[in-house]
Amino acid sequence: MRRFTLIAVPYAWLLVLFLVPFLIVFKISLSDAAVAIPPYTPNLKDGLGALLAELDFENFAFIASDDLYWKAYLSSLRIALISTFCTLLVGYPIAYGMAKAPEEWRPTLMMLVILPFWTSFLIRVYAWMGILSTEGLLNQLLIGMGVISEPLKILNTNTAVYIGIVYTYLPFMILPIYAALERLDESLNEAAEDLGCSRTQAFWLVTIPLSKNGIIAGCFLVFIPALGEFVIPSLLGGSGTLMIGKVLWEEFFNNRDWPVASAVAVILLLILIIPIVLFQRNQQKQAEAEQ
Amino acid sequence: MHNVSQTVFAPWDDPDKEPLIQFQNVTKKFGEFVAIDDLTLDIYAQEFFALLGPSGCGKTTMMRMLAGFENPTSGTMKLAGQDIADVPPNKRAVNMMFQSYALFPHLSIWENIAFGLKRDKQSKDQIAARVDEMLKLTRLEKFAQRKPHQISGGQRQRVALARSLAKAPKLLLLDEPLGALDKKLRQDTQFELMDIQETTGTTFVIVTHDQEEAMTVASRVAVMDEGRIIQVSTPAAIYEYPNSVYVADFIGEVNIIDATAKPAGKDEYHLDWAAGEAPILAASERPFSEGQKAHLAIRPEKITITTDKPKDASNAMQGKVLDIAYLGNLSTYHVQLPGGQIIKAQTANTRRIARRDITWEDPVWISWSATAGVLLDQ
Repeated sequence: MRRFTLIAVPYAWLLVLFLVPFLIVFKISLSDAAVAIPPYTPNLKDGLGALLAELDFENFAFIASDDLYWKAYLSSLRIALISTFCTLLVGYPIAYGMAKAPEEWRPTLMMLVILPFWTSFLIRVYAWMGILSTEGLLNQLLIGMGVISEPLKILNTNTAVYIGIVYTYLPFMILPIYAALERLDESLNEAAEDLGCSRTQAFWLVTIPLSKNGIIAGCFLVFIPALGEFVIPSLLGGSGTLMIGKVLWEEFFNNRDWPVASAVAVILLLILIIPIVLFQRNQQKQAEAEQ
Repeated sequence: MHNVSQTVFAPWDDPDKEPLIQFQNVTKKFGEFVAIDDLTLDIYAQEFFALLGPSGCGKTTMMRMLAGFENPTSGTMKLAGQDIADVPPNKRAVNMMFQSYALFPHLSIWENIAFGLKRDKQSKDQIAARVDEMLKLTRLEKFAQRKPHQISGGQRQRVALARSLAKAPKLLLLDEPLGALDKKLRQDTQFELMDIQETTGTTFVIVTHDQEEAMTVASRVAVMDEGRIIQVSTPAAIYEYPNSVYVADFIGEVNIIDATAKPAGKDEYHLDWAAGEAPILAASERPFSEGQKAHLAIRPEKITITTDKPKDASNAMQGKVLDIAYLGNLSTYHVQLPGGQIIKAQTANTRRIARRDITWEDPVWISWSATAGVLLDQ
């Protein structure tokens, strides 16, 4: 009985907070837009039979035919991939440095990584606007130092979006990699050197493969939320930045076309299921390897 | 050292023989801590050399200096006549078997053994041939495709050995190689190690804190304490002729009797060891002056225990059995003398235990000859 309760709690959670809302969204995506409250038909008011009869895949067909959506999905994928890669490039050395730091320093370093979470995410993104804008801190600094004479245009470009995503999701990359590196037995590197590797070779042949699971976990933890990211592209990105999160927002709130917006969300979820399943498999494999 | 004939492997007695490894006044400090203190030592090719000592005595530091993971603070270290202080670990003809084995968990047994060979840019066929040879030597053929976590501790130990031998190093370092194995497996593996050492002709330097292991496998043993070598000798010489109370006490069981020496004829001394007791007669090549402090180290198995007073024994004392440690093949009797001192005497249990004629609280005689013990000045 107790075991049943233990299993039932997470399943009930998933059912109420994920599956039911998803079904509602899915149902809306099969409906038609209408000038009404709520802004779509059919409703439960029309009776269950009529409701089921009027559902169709029109919105999905529309999304498939309009290349704005395809471009938005592809652009989101590209931005998410590039920023995940950049986060990895920035995060790995930090995690490596933390794992190699003296033991008494590690808790402090760990806290510094988590510290930004103490401030609201929105405020931190706004702060980046202040740093990156034409009259912002970065340009003032660079001009003051004489590195550049004309201010750089970073804000409202894709570069600003990459910076924002790398900054925001960095802890999600660092923590799993750090966890993998910290467990790494130093004598493995010594053994590699003893057998004829240079330090660099030992790093590529031993350290990287053995932190692979941490790298994969970190990349998924960044890639999955970055793909549907809305706040960062809308605040830091320009009109040229096309991301599916932004399209979703516009469909819902500017066009008030809930059915199309829901269809966009359903497709986004289907796209995300692939990396999520891969991520789960990676975690499971890691758990098995540790036994 | 004693009565070594020409056929016995003893390059250390041959002054013309060039040592493979030479430590010359090597000192290693970690900050203020002196790990190795002005150490000079020669190790010869094809030796099975054991560094023995309690933890923190500097034996692991010595091994790590040989492997290249630590550099001496001062002094020179030579391998085959070449100063190796500035040679990085990956450029030394030295391989190490790590205490934790340090097998690469993401590689199969085959790939683990091939790891060092691949770094040498050998051809694929050469690598495959050498790996197969190593697998055969360590009887691991069946496990070639497994990962390290899929085999037993004893097998892992053999993989580590095969991997470190694969590059045919001039010198193989073994850091507590059998520490993780249970006793029975450890004993079997000790003989396996000796066989492999003989087959390959590689020079082995083993670090251990287990004196029995050092005695079993090594051609010579260096007993270390606090960064210094106290004695270097063959296992038999270390056991029979320790040069200090520390070595005598570290290797096996021993009775130490503190006394004052009084010369009594050529190479013989009377030892006053307790007020009112007859002096002990002991032979010693090491000279002692009248009234000098001396320590008689005598192994329990060199002491005879009897119920009647022995005839013609140089030294005999009466005591009472306080304790008996029954070890199966042997029994150690703790005999208390009238003055309170406890002397351990050991006998082989050649008779069944039911027929043992000495038991607790029995009055007994213990006796030994003048040459049974070693007289030490420190």
